[in-house]
Amino acid sequence: MNQMTNPNKPAENTALLISGNEAVARGVWEAGVDVATAYPGTPSTEILEAVGTFDGIHANWSPNEKVALEVAAGASMAGSRAFSAMKHVGLNVAADALMTLTLTGVNGGLVIAVADDVGMSSSQNEQDSRYWGRFGHVPILEPSDSQDAYDMTKAAFEISEKFNVPVILRMTSRVCHVKTMVNVGERQKHEITGFNIDPSQWVMVPGNAKGRLVLQHQRDKVLKEYTETCELTVIEEGSDTSVGFITSGPAYMHVKEACPDMSVMKLGLTHPLPIEKIRAFAKTVDTVIIAEETEPLVELELTAAGIKVVGKDILPAFGELTPKLVRNALRKLNGETIEENKAPAQLFPRPPTMCSGCPHLGVYYTLSRFRKNAIFSGDIGCYTLGAGHPWNALDTCVCMGSAIGLGLGMDLARKASGEDGPDKDKAIFAIIGDSTFLHMGIQGLLDLVYNNGNVTVMLLDNSTTGMTGGQDNHSSGRDLRGNEAPKVNFTELVKALGMNPERIREVDPYEMPTLYRVIKEEIAVPEPSVIITNRPCVLIDTFESHRPLKVIDDECTGCGNCLNVGCPAIIVTKRSMETTEKGKEVEKAWVKIETQACTGCDLCPKTCGPNAIVPATLSDIANLGAN
Amino acid sequence: MSDENRITNIQVVGIGGQGVMTASEVLSQAARSLGFDVKKTEVAGMAQRGGVVSSHVRFGKRVFSPAIPQGETDILVAFEPAEGMRWLTEVNEGGVAMVNTLRQKPPVVNIGLFDYPDDPVKYMRDEGVKVYDFDAGAIAQGLGNPKMVNTVMLGAIADHLPFASDTLKSIIVERFRVKKPELADLNDRAFEAGRQAASDSEQAA
Repeated sequence: MNQMTNPNKPAENTALLISGNEAVARGVWEAGVDVATAYPGTPSTEILEAVGTFDGIHANWSPNEKVALEVAAGASMAGSRAFSAMKHVGLNVAADALMTLTLTGVNGGLVIAVADDVGMSSSQNEQDSRYWGRFGHVPILEPSDSQDAYDMTKAAFEISEKFNVPVILRMTSRVCHVKTMVNVGERQKHEITGFNIDPSQWVMVPGNAKGRLVLQHQRDKVLKEYTETCELTVIEEGSDTSVGFITSGPAYMHVKEACPDMSVMKLGLTHPLPIEKIRAFAKTVDTVIIAEETEPLVELELTAAGIKVVGKDILPAFGELTPKLVRNALRKLNGETIEENKAPAQLFPRPPTMCSGCPHLGVYYTLSRFRKNAIFSGDIGCYTLGAGHPWNALDTCVCMGSAIGLGLGMDLARKASGEDGPDKDKAIFAIIGDSTFLHMGIQGLLDLVYNNGNVTVMLLDNSTTGMTGGQDNHSSGRDLRGNEAPKVNFTELVKALGMNPERIREVDPYEMPTLYRVIKEEIAVPEPSVIITNRPCVLIDTFESHRPLKVIDDECTGCGNCLNVGCPAIIVTKRSMETTEKGKEVEKAWVKIETQACTGCDLCPKTCGPNAIVPATLSDIANLGAN
Repeated sequence: MSDENRITNIQVVGIGGQGVMTASEVLSQAARSLGFDVKKTEVAGMAQRGGVVSSHVRFGKRVFSPAIPQGETDILVAFEPAEGMRWLTEVNEGGVAMVNTLRQKPPVVNIGLFDYPDDPVKYMRDEGVKVYDFDAGAIAQGLGNPKMVNTVMLGAIADHLPFASDTLKSIIVERFRVKKPELADLNDRAFEAGRQAASDSEQAA
């Protein structure tokens, strides 16, 4: 999070330049919320980090989004205003809670910020969280910039309490991570009324839930009336009425940029839709274009209501909108052909890589030695990068915690295929990190043990939630505000799930020969194993570097083995083809180590036959500045 | 568009960890301090892991879309030469590119899967963009701190902005006075060195 904008100390009545995520946090704090929860996930992570910069509000990381929402819901039941933030796929996890909380309703206002990764910069899929509105009978608010995010967060609590319903604030990356100006206010006091024992509202057994269902449908009707007059939806009449746009979220900004003179209806509350207001708006323009990102929700609903609109025929069905795409849509409408964009330069890709000295490098170098006879069921985190070069040692990535369940399923299929089955000689690995394991992996392991699956689980414990920027978690020993907190003991936890204690191994991932031996031993045993690697992420502040390494040029034979570690601090200085004594053509690559980047982890020397990689001398290090 | 309503579009590109986002943050703060409407956005999915980072800063009387419309970048600030090449088609006619010539090869190039282009700066010039090139890495190292690349780059664009270079410099120097006072004067010098490097590059071209 940015350090320059301290939301605790706004200059009097001046606008802050803050991100959508920071604006939501500010709105949460000002709305008098007492309990805020989240599991980190791009692009939503910074919301709770920002909430954690305010005093007088409880903010915590939960092990997953379902728990996060349950904690917030409990706080709401007890009369506090409560808030939970998550990314789009997080609400899939929390959906079980959501779909019944919509029946119970709330006591204190309950708002869920859900951030869709439109364009998929850091997610496994693209979803449109607006669907939850219709599915869950809950209002959806869609901010288009930071000011909206702030305003709508506060409005969401009012709506939640007024209509007795959880409210979803639907964000997208292009709101979360965009900084725009926001006029802010002060924190309001919200009185905590306490829990009111009322089984008809809170005990959702069928007898009670049936009663709540009737109320839910009555609430839908009231919300439909409310949305027709809701001030969060605005109409901007344009001088050009040949086309009128109906839009929401960041798409509104692209429409205004592309077509400043045309009429625009900006939807704030997008579920339920203000059908009559839209019908009236449609009559003021010749053609109505629906500019909505990802799914055609508004388009379909308006079409069903008999309002003639154009949408996905001229706008993309997935990914982000841009002003250019909006302009092109208008040209398509007029029957013009769209010329291709000028092609950018042909260039190497620059995929994300693991960091210099990352403990996962030792794991993946070692796992890649088993590549020929292994299936690597993977999961979500930095270690998903193990699918890339040079390791190629991760074969699946589906959802949080899936590695172990998928691994068990593969083993069951293998067993069913008989003694001559296609995968009979392969080792099946499940690779999962500490935070992902705590999120949703524990149950997978429980099932693996219970069904005696022949899977070797690599539990990569680096004491942080790395991929989202290094948030603390239930195994890091610190809470969201950095205070000391209890931490889980993985060995004891795994033992408690029923694992044979002999099959639980803890290994230092930098000790590759030991790691190799332990893996070899565990894959030879036809039962579940867990190998826990135990060294911290290089990006957390307690990480300690050792003296950096260097390559003795005269000793390097150009074999390139060290490059298979995949450390970005190892740089090729010269490359050439050579013929061996047996007449075979081999590619040679001589290397150097970038001293400034090297953490001295000592992984690459273990791959160097001629021992050409040694600790840098103090004078090497002192000469860095002159380089 | 009338001059008064003109929006300035600056795109800062590079690699995760180089300080791209800090640079665009500083630019945004400078524009904001002058009363402009400002929007800043970036695509940097897993930027901390050495991936491509592209950050957009837009300011003017009123800015709508946070993303610079395709092909409308006025100033491309490239922290790495091949990254400048990657984003070149975003630059508008008459736009300029400010390029740090210090190359950073990713592991896929190091292990021989892809080649690094021979001369990214020449490519950019051949495409008709006005390029200012200099080794910001060497300048920063010469001043004793390789992390000051982003201050050097900001200094380099200072004379190409629609406001006084001192506005930008004072934001940077103040930032350091608050956070790391011992580096404030050094960053002042890095900023001026960047300004000089851009000016020298223009003389040479």
